[in-house]
Amino acid sequence: MRHLLSIADLTREDIERILDRATAFEQIADREVKKVPALRGRTVLNLFYEASTRTRSSFELAAKRLSADVVNFAASGSSVEKGESLKDTVLTLGAHSPDAIVIRSPHAGAAALVAGWTSAAVINAGDGKHEHPTQALLDVHTLRSKLGGIDGRSIWIVGDIAHSRVARSNILAFRAMGAHVTLVGPPTLMPRDIEALGCDVRYDLDDLRQADVVYALRVQRERMDGKELPSLREYAARYQINGRRLHPRQVLMHPGPVNRGVELSGEVVDSPQAVITMQVRAGVVVRMAVLYELLAGTRLDSPSRMREPQPA
Amino acid sequence: MPDAKVVLDRDDVRRTLVRIAHEIVEKTPEPELLALVGIHRRGAFLAARLKDQLDELLGADVPLGDIDIAFYRDDLRSRSGAPVVHASHVDFDVDGRTIVIVDDVLYTGRTVRAAIEALFDYGRPGRIQLAVLADRGHRELPFRPDYVGKNLPTSKQERVNVRVEELDGVDEVAITALEEAVA
Repeated sequence: MRHLLSIADLTREDIERILDRATAFEQIADREVKKVPALRGRTVLNLFYEASTRTRSSFELAAKRLSADVVNFAASGSSVEKGESLKDTVLTLGAHSPDAIVIRSPHAGAAALVAGWTSAAVINAGDGKHEHPTQALLDVHTLRSKLGGIDGRSIWIVGDIAHSRVARSNILAFRAMGAHVTLVGPPTLMPRDIEALGCDVRYDLDDLRQADVVYALRVQRERMDGKELPSLREYAARYQINGRRLHPRQVLMHPGPVNRGVELSGEVVDSPQAVITMQVRAGVVVRMAVLYELLAGTRLDSPSRMREPQPA
Repeated sequence: MPDAKVVLDRDDVRRTLVRIAHEIVEKTPEPELLALVGIHRRGAFLAARLKDQLDELLGADVPLGDIDIAFYRDDLRSRSGAPVVHASHVDFDVDGRTIVIVDDVLYTGRTVRAAIEALFDYGRPGRIQLAVLADRGHRELPFRPDYVGKNLPTSKQERVNVRVEELDGVDEVAITALEEAVA
């Protein structure tokens, strides 16, 4: 593997290899020294064009646990505000010879573009409404720990599918690992032809009991223009996962941050079915496994040198 | 395996481990501080067998751990592909203990270096010793084993294959020419 841009590039074997390694990393967190020297001397560049606490800090911690050096580059308060283009930023930061660039961008395809401008390994940490592959990997990891595996399991993804890169990556990952995926949400928040990814589409929660796993998405008000939902109260009435709808044997997931009282009621967030904190914990080990997959054992021919800028 | 020269067979391996266990008991003044740590993968099985012997000899439950040194290797960059890694298990407090690192073959010493580095991430052992089933020479680092099953003078063109019942269905130590071992 050279980059991690999309779950679509991974086979089931790739996913299993990465997650098995994540399991091996879990015990590091219990030790006195929570660090291994596996990526000593490597540089990881976090390039975040969108607000993110969880993903950025979890990538940073993952890199540090592997003894890599981390440079954080946030778009606000930087040269980006002065009008620098993505390409110029990447080429400039390339002077630091990063071995990996972790990029979060509001624009779909940004990570793939960056991969064409640098010789560093590029990890997509969310590009617009397209994909968020490490989120999907950590969700599969969480379910593997919780349920053993997800072959033949029924997973319902509920909520704002249209704006969700998490949904897209998770559909691909859950399908690759043998689960049945059902999408539920209001028609205004359901992308057209999403069935093409091999999942069922529903517009109500009537048969929610069929699900083994309920995956609620955050209602992304910041990406909406006000026409998609009449009101949050109406959304909550029809699609909120609450104690009445959630069965005790079901597993409840959410990528965070949770809008309590909107997509989830407060009681289910704190219920034993919720594995939301497990997901956060899985984030670090899975990102360690991804960094290790991309950076350990790379070619001897000086992988860390940036290519000279190509004429555009 | 063609041209494999078996230097230790099943009974030899068993006797060797019994002998090493006795030597460990002899050289350990404070058996209550003793612990074993095997290096993945075959060293871990050998360590488990030594533990059985030691438990019997000492009438105690000797702590046993295993470590994977993949994250500590000094040749990560030059190997193609990321190595397979296993979880490490060191569930006891290593501070102040006498830890015997157990591996199958001692060669350049780089694995031992990595194992020692890994151990220090769990705490500060009082003493570290090294037990190996076979020592084939060609050290690149200044290590000397405390307990050796068999000294095997070999050339670098040869390969020492240790097979253990738990993984390979048979206990033996054999020497093969490198070409066959790679094929």
